[in-house]
Amino acid sequence: MTEATSAPTATPVGAGTGTSWKSHIREYGLLGSLLVIMVFFQIMTDGVLLQPVNITNLIQQNSYIVIMALGMLFVIVGGNIDLSVGSIVGFVGAIAALLMVGFTLPGTEIFIKVHWFPVILLSLALGGLIGAAQGWFVAYAAIPAFIVTLGGMLIFRGLTGNMLAGQFVGPFANDFQNISKGFIPEFITATAQGFKWTSMLLGAAIAAALFAFDFRKWSRAGAQEIDREPAPLFIGKNLVFAALILGVTYLLASYRGLPVVLVIMGALILFYNFVTTRTVIGRRIYALGGNAQAARLSGIKTQRLAFLTFVNMGVLAGLAGLIVAARLNSATPSAGNSFELDVIAACFIGGVSASGGAGRVMGVVIGAFFMGIMNNGMSILGIGIFWQQVVKGFVLLAAVYLDVYNKSK
Amino acid sequence: MEDPILEMRGISKSFPGVKALKNVNLVVRAGEIHAICGENGAGKSTLMKVLSGVYPYGSYEGDIVYQGEERRFSSISDSEHLGVIIIHQELALVPLLSIAENIFLGNEPSRMGVIDWSEAFSRTRDLLKKVGLNESPNALITNIGVGKQQLVEIAKALAKRVKLLILDEPTASLNETDSAALLDLLLEFKRQGLTCIIISHKLNEIARVADSITILRDGSTVETIDCRTEEISEGRIIKSMVGREMSDRYPPREPKIGETLFEVRDWQVEHPQHPGRKVIKGVDLKVRAGEVVGIAGLMGSGRTELAMSIFGGAYGRNITGQASMRGQPVDVSSIQKAVGAGLAYVTEDRKALGLILNDDIKHNISLVNLPGVAKAGVIDDATETHVANRYRKQLNIRSSSILQKTLNLSGGNQQKVVLSKWLFADPQVLMLDEPTRGIDVGAKYEIYTIINELAASGRGVIVISSEMPELLGICDRIYVMNEGRFVDEMPASEASQEKIMAAIMRQYRVTA
Repeated sequence: MTEATSAPTATPVGAGTGTSWKSHIREYGLLGSLLVIMVFFQIMTDGVLLQPVNITNLIQQNSYIVIMALGMLFVIVGGNIDLSVGSIVGFVGAIAALLMVGFTLPGTEIFIKVHWFPVILLSLALGGLIGAAQGWFVAYAAIPAFIVTLGGMLIFRGLTGNMLAGQFVGPFANDFQNISKGFIPEFITATAQGFKWTSMLLGAAIAAALFAFDFRKWSRAGAQEIDREPAPLFIGKNLVFAALILGVTYLLASYRGLPVVLVIMGALILFYNFVTTRTVIGRRIYALGGNAQAARLSGIKTQRLAFLTFVNMGVLAGLAGLIVAARLNSATPSAGNSFELDVIAACFIGGVSASGGAGRVMGVVIGAFFMGIMNNGMSILGIGIFWQQVVKGFVLLAAVYLDVYNKSK
Repeated sequence: MEDPILEMRGISKSFPGVKALKNVNLVVRAGEIHAICGENGAGKSTLMKVLSGVYPYGSYEGDIVYQGEERRFSSISDSEHLGVIIIHQELALVPLLSIAENIFLGNEPSRMGVIDWSEAFSRTRDLLKKVGLNESPNALITNIGVGKQQLVEIAKALAKRVKLLILDEPTASLNETDSAALLDLLLEFKRQGLTCIIISHKLNEIARVADSITILRDGSTVETIDCRTEEISEGRIIKSMVGREMSDRYPPREPKIGETLFEVRDWQVEHPQHPGRKVIKGVDLKVRAGEVVGIAGLMGSGRTELAMSIFGGAYGRNITGQASMRGQPVDVSSIQKAVGAGLAYVTEDRKALGLILNDDIKHNISLVNLPGVAKAGVIDDATETHVANRYRKQLNIRSSSILQKTLNLSGGNQQKVVLSKWLFADPQVLMLDEPTRGIDVGAKYEIYTIINELAASGRGVIVISSEMPELLGICDRIYVMNEGRFVDEMPASEASQEKIMAAIMRQYRVTA
């Protein structure tokens, strides 16, 4: 630019470590509050919360919420909402159950029974198809997502009830049940009672890999003079994180090892974290939610992106439907009832912006476990289901209020 | 000389990362029109927000003395109660409510919570008469033009018994006729004893109406000029604003014009909501390599609609006509295809249509050309950072870093981010829609320099602007547009404001 027009830059105040500390500490407030309620319930339940068997239960019970929250993150970041996921869980679970247990085609003598493995693929595809149908109405027909998915919620709950006619359909093959109830095979200790070394080592390896990855990113940021968290905070955060992973893995390994569903969930978390932070499509979804008009005028196919977030949500809801069916070892008309509320609450507790454009995978995962630990802890304490709802409602409100309050300061 | 109605003493205000005001002093005398000038980011709007209580007492340092007493406003309603009314650049009217409903919004004449509509309407009629607006109090805001909306805002201020009226860029989105009418109205109010503070980038307007001018630069007061004792010229104000003499408002230009680069023929577009209603009625446009082409015209002449319809049908329906790049037909039927063909459209509304305001400079710059910073769909952070830093330096985007949210940038710097975004996409032809609207003189010069550099690199640039001197200053050739048609075309060397206006008016005479 020409010399003549350059004016002095506005003086930055406190661009150093002061603001840096503040902005980063807020990010980990969520992780901190998760630890606080863990300690709280650990004390209140006389140590039941962190017993290996309870931790295993906790993970198995909450896996499907976490998995669906990953999909919901994209839907909400894209500026929409999906109320139908609970009904899709029930519907896909019912179809899968009927296919696996076998049924006679109405009006004919034809009996259909399918092996569990193709059923898994079919169910995921079915979930995706349902998501695509709803996504089409939202993205291309421009009907508000709230209305479309409210319709979907009623339709698929109703279809589930009709199909199952009030019956439980099951049981399923053991291999299928293992999606939800199984544990990874042990190579080092073969006895049922011994410490599960394979699981422990796998957990340790994951913790080390995550630290190495984060450290590389952090040191690179330093080299490029990008604003990064101060060293003590970075080390502290990673220590807490590693301790959490190692601690949980240790507890799991001293019971039956790593649940299969934890491995599925972990892989999905890593995958979607990568998609949100590193990929072109992820960035575009955030742009869509941040300012749909500006994104469209920047040459981004906004309709297709919104459509895809629903397809993705449908597939994950289908997966959750299978996990829930496998866990109950049957399909029931009420499976997945009101899951959408837990999933959406997990997103908002996890700091996802209700107006779209902002939210992080780790936040959502922590938000889901926050809800899960509260459910679990209050159940152990014998608090009635209705009071649990009251408490969860207040926690949701408090979490979002704190978020909004922090931002306005 | 009258006593001061307002004194702001030693006002300082900080935001995270930036000190916006540093010990600013402002003295406004009763019954005068006091202009506040300064480049974007100089702190004008911030100062007015301090005054009106948007930033409450305690969030700034210094004293406000209004009507002889120290005031500590904790909200807008505190200051409005004492007759300090601010009209923001972005008008605060509810589009689907009527004029009367808007004027008395929050101030409804009522008895026990029940609105007295007959009083509201009769008072609205009086107020509309005072501001010279000939509309029914029942008319919906959305159905009247932006110039009339501005008058409704003023009527609304009058309804609140205004004593000190603050206008932030009141003519930014008005055409010349409406602007002139508005300024006349302010002079009329002055005769009736109203005090006005006006913030404006349009120095000719300030020179016309202001009694005193306070100039801010980088958050500090530079000086206050008394126009009653000193002859005032635009050059004098600019010098004080930028701290240097600005002999030429437009950078020198030596055009090297080549072959025809981009061309559209017989371009026709229908209104998106009213099929059959033609908005663009057969336009032939061409731009050569290295050429800067201007499109002049009044508001509503179809300039933005033309540009957006060419840009992948971002506006309109049933678009017909042929587009060609370097003589070869190109498909511009979607925005993706238009970008692929080498077109870029820089919007006139950078906040609503240009930026992800909640995101940082870095992510905004890479948005159009994300594949350019990615491998196989995975973004390379180092490359992206490098690109953003390069444009931040090259276009002189004033910010604490590339991680600053674009929401917190001044208008000129926001515009530079939008430009960077499109420059990184490396287009052949850029359509710039009001590229300097609401931007200060210094930043305008920088934008003009960028336009020159783009043309010098062999690209074609199409500039839409409502400021005719700007078109005359930077363009090689000018199309005059009216009612969806190009009604004239002239080399800039032969063009003048009078010729352009004459071309527009001639068409009216023919159709009348």
